[in-house]
Amino acid sequence: MPLAASQAPALSGTWCRLHPLSPVARIGITLGALLLAGVSLVSGAQTSSGRTAETLVVAAVAVLGMVASVVSWLVTRWRVVGDELQIDTGLVYRQSLRFPLRRIQAVDVVAPLTARILGLAEVRVISAGTGHRQHGRLAYLSNQDAAAVRAQLLALAHGLAAETPEPPALPLFRVDNGRLIAASLLRGAWLLVLVLVAVGAILAAVDPTGAGGAVRQGGADAATSLITGVATGLFALGLDAARSVNGDFDFTIGQAPDGLRLHRGLLQKRHETIPYGRIQAVRLIQPLLWRPFGWARVELDVARQPEAHRQGEARQLAHLLAPVATLDQARWLVGQVAPGAPATLARVGAPPRRAWFRAPFSYHYLSTWHDDRWLVTQTGRVRPATVIVPLEKVQSIRLSSGPLLRALHLANLRVDTAGRRWVAAALCRDADEARALVDQLGGLAWRARRLSW
Amino acid sequence: MQYRRPSPRLWLARQTVLGLTSLVLLVILGVSGGILWGAPGGLAGVGAGLAVAVISWFVERGRYRSWGYLERDEDLVVQRGLVFHRLTVVPFGRMQFVDVTAGPVDRLFDLATVQLHTAAAATDARIPGLRSADAAQLRDRLSTLGEARASGL
Repeated sequence: MPLAASQAPALSGTWCRLHPLSPVARIGITLGALLLAGVSLVSGAQTSSGRTAETLVVAAVAVLGMVASVVSWLVTRWRVVGDELQIDTGLVYRQSLRFPLRRIQAVDVVAPLTARILGLAEVRVISAGTGHRQHGRLAYLSNQDAAAVRAQLLALAHGLAAETPEPPALPLFRVDNGRLIAASLLRGAWLLVLVLVAVGAILAAVDPTGAGGAVRQGGADAATSLITGVATGLFALGLDAARSVNGDFDFTIGQAPDGLRLHRGLLQKRHETIPYGRIQAVRLIQPLLWRPFGWARVELDVARQPEAHRQGEARQLAHLLAPVATLDQARWLVGQVAPGAPATLARVGAPPRRAWFRAPFSYHYLSTWHDDRWLVTQTGRVRPATVIVPLEKVQSIRLSSGPLLRALHLANLRVDTAGRRWVAAALCRDADEARALVDQLGGLAWRARRLSW
Repeated sequence: MQYRRPSPRLWLARQTVLGLTSLVLLVILGVSGGILWGAPGGLAGVGAGLAVAVISWFVERGRYRSWGYLERDEDLVVQRGLVFHRLTVVPFGRMQFVDVTAGPVDRLFDLATVQLHTAAAATDARIPGLRSADAAQLRDRLSTLGEARASGL
């Protein structure tokens, strides 16, 4: 097959392979690591027999990996037929995946570093429903093909002709990289490190006055282990910060007629599209250390299957609307995706005063608001989190109360959506009000569903 | 509107299970008490077992009585819980599928549990202790209603 494994035939119903360089892109990093291991073995081994044996093992693993990924490429084919995306894959366990285009929740284009170097990208189709255990992944296509496939899948998902060109996106918002880096460094975990350092300082200050060599020895030991612990913690925090900077670098949101376009990434580029009307919930959080700067983070939840992604990707698959923004920007962004819903709640919607006895540490943030389209709830102890749920997406409403809540004549109300991550929780409401709210929200949700049809 | 309740057979089934486990508990406590401390120990063990059984009986009765469900025009309401009250409202349009399950004890008493599933994992709507025929009927009714009112995600 020529290099241009053109997408047109696949989209018009002919089976197609993925890009021929896919195997290389897929095992690129592993191959590099193995090569490094081989080199270090060759240069650093002591006995010649051990060296050859180990080198052979490494070479065998590398060759096996290469063969496996080539075979996987050979047996994988895909096409779009009717209103389905079909992917056949697997040599031993043959898998035939069918993704109804109508149920597509989002289409992402992801380009990890090795794929990016080769000019390839992965198309990832996130669909709702319970039948499939995994997302549709086309790894890899060439950059142009990936963009084309994404445009056509989205067009088909919206019930348009496949040839509909991708509508242009209007730039909506752009995250300042400097602020992103600063915000990534400002994590609550730093406080823990600070506490540890303070404890260490106290120990060090106490130690010299301690009488006896054994005590001093113990103090020194404690200090050493403390320093090691702090260093490990700092390293982990730094890694975490680097990862989030890497993931969210150059974060831009565009507004296209078919959905929101998110672009982000430093080494690994990601282009996500979230169709309108697929947003199950919006959340705005203000971490403790960001509050002095008036920053906030806005996240989105779409319907998806329970954790079936590869490990470590769950976090990246989380849809961020803005990794960090000023509160005004965050409010404005929320207004773009949830017009009419307040992004932060005043104390007007606070639960009755007696709720303080049940929730002394979060009472100051508890609040609830709703109109005929949105339910907004706010919870949190040190980090206020506002969850905004469109009433038309409500799946079920739950009311619960334990002994203490009942004694105070209070109840908790929770509203579930098909999103997997948050529920809107109106905590510690007056029991009668909550009971009335259940029916009221039920009616409003019903009406919202009718209207959205 | 009146909440509908599980079949009284559920209470019968619960009592049977409770009675059997209590009996086993009584024997174990009585015998071990008797072996360790003689006749008074045995009596104390039996007394403790009886106390536990009586308390469990009241708790079970409360839990049994707390179950209720209500089919309204557009949604199903399920409530339960003695200590922790729970009330779940599921719109018919949101039901993805309905499950009917029956364990060994349930089958002995011709009972079944109807469970509703929505696209939200947290939804917890379960109606235990329906007569098998009623459960099947409810399931069919619910799935018909669900189909008629189904709406997209």
